[in-house]
Amino acid sequence: MAISRAEVEKVSLLARLLLSEEELDKMTVQLGAILDYMDLLNEVDTNDIEPMAHPRDVTNVFRADECRPSLPREEALANAPHRDAECYLVPAVLGET
Amino acid sequence: MTHSADPPYDLVIGLEVHVQLLTESKMFCACSTKFGAPPNTQTCPVCIGMPGSLPVMNRKAFELALKAALALECEIPRMTKWDRKNYYYPDLPKGYQISQYDLPMSRHGGLVISDPKGRFETKRIGILRAHLEEDAGKSMHDEQAGKADSRIDLNRAGTPLLEIVTEPDLRSPAEAKAFLTELKLLLNYLGVSDCNMQEGSLRVDANVNLHVHTPQGPVPTPIVEVKNMNSFRAVERALAYEAQRQYEAWRETGRRLGDVPKQTRGWDESRQATFEQRSKEESSDYRYFPEPDLVPVTVTDEEVERVRASLGELPARLRARLEATYGITPYDSDVLVNQGRALVDYFVALADRCGDGKAAANWIQQDVLRTLNDRQIGIEHFPVSAEALADLIQKVRGGQLETSRGREVLAGMIETGKPADEIMAAMGIRPVDDADLRDLCRELLRANPKIVADLKGGRLKAVGGLVGQAKKRNPNVNPSRVQQLCLELIQEL
Ligand SMILES: [Zn+2]
Repeated sequence: MAISRAEVEKVSLLARLLLSEEELDKMTVQLGAILDYMDLLNEVDTNDIEPMAHPRDVTNVFRADECRPSLPREEALANAPHRDAECYLVPAVLGET
Repeated sequence: MTHSADPPYDLVIGLEVHVQLLTESKMFCACSTKFGAPPNTQTCPVCIGMPGSLPVMNRKAFELALKAALALECEIPRMTKWDRKNYYYPDLPKGYQISQYDLPMSRHGGLVISDPKGRFETKRIGILRAHLEEDAGKSMHDEQAGKADSRIDLNRAGTPLLEIVTEPDLRSPAEAKAFLTELKLLLNYLGVSDCNMQEGSLRVDANVNLHVHTPQGPVPTPIVEVKNMNSFRAVERALAYEAQRQYEAWRETGRRLGDVPKQTRGWDESRQATFEQRSKEESSDYRYFPEPDLVPVTVTDEEVERVRASLGELPARLRARLEATYGITPYDSDVLVNQGRALVDYFVALADRCGDGKAAANWIQQDVLRTLNDRQIGIEHFPVSAEALADLIQKVRGGQLETSRGREVLAGMIETGKPADEIMAAMGIRPVDDADLRDLCRELLRANPKIVADLKGGRLKAVGGLVGQAKKRNPNVNPSRVQQLCLELIQEL
């Protein structure tokens, strides 16, 4: 297997996905298949190929440092499940500032 | 707690400093970075992570980062790219932070620190890397009110930051503070960041451990990351506290580096102690991968040279020049340069005009800086121009008035903005013509044969009687000039 069930459990936790026992089994098989497929690529000889940082051969796309109007607050907060007049509300964040 | 002059360990400190770059707009969108706006009024689909929105890099942010990296003597790779650092936190709307992982925009630099008071040797602190990343938002929790929810303000999300990581080269809290002070000064001079800790535009974390001296050689203790230090003083105190705490922990548990996972502790200013914080995911758990929405940035040799040429005179070189040109001490040059470029320009104008660097440095450090501190203003708003102050210093040097009177005159100039002549006239201080003064001294010598005899007999103290009489005749006379003239004239008798 290209990936263990324990690794799938760990990445699901890191991704904040609550998977059932059956889903974990299923994901282990499916992710394994994807990784096996990636292994195919390892068979290609890339010794003389320069590594790429991006699939498109484009660099240095910049914008000027200019401000444009931001979203009105009402629009920014419109989709928030919980909010008050100014902020998004989330379950208590403690321990860090 | 035990205290000894020579602790049985070496303290090893590395710093991670985040500075906010002085741009108008955010790193990847056109929202303003202005501090203090009402919550959630400076956001847009890009910086709050709406699906389908795309980031575009701010050119100014990259240029400022390049300036800082070159001033920190870093190597600039000719290609750099962006990566996603994945973690979940309520103030991180996208679920990842755009940062730089394996190809940072700069690495392998250094910054020289020294202490004018000589508490440590001048040394170069290595810079491991400096890279660009975006800031997260701010979460606020009112524990007093006992509310169940935290409030999230995303105005800060997407603000451009430069993260500067040092090598573990710092050996004392004083060195750490000196590094931060010098770094802040450098970035201020460059116009890269205002490094205002109150507004969060400079944040410091420290990695700290000890190399305990044992008969078997040095033993490293587990590394602790210290956070929540809100001032340079706090950094100094937190590191001193942490060194002592780690030494006691080592004596108690004997734990070495590698025995326990890296711990994070927060500095509590009110209790003057560090406390353990919940540990974040290990760095490998950030699952960095290349940011597909941003293309790499290439930098040419010409660009690097153009930016390097634009750096201007940096603090270290400026201090050396002031010492060499104006004959002032390292302590003086440190005080002046630490006040910023505008004050240095004032000093240079003053010293050039009055022709005495040492006097210029003294007047600035005593009278000018005190006024700036009292009034909480910068030199730009100091009411006396360098020309006007130079005029006053020349009067003092020329013997027209004593230093203490001169300081009173300066106080009047600061109060009213009027030139020295007017203040002196108002105070009844009139310059005494040197020829008139000479006549006065001759007259006094004639009238005081007893004192003359004493002086000729070598009892030079007797001249005080002549000075006293001269002051009575004309309160504006300069006592030291009277003394000088009388002793000169006695040779002619
Ligand atoms: Zn935005």
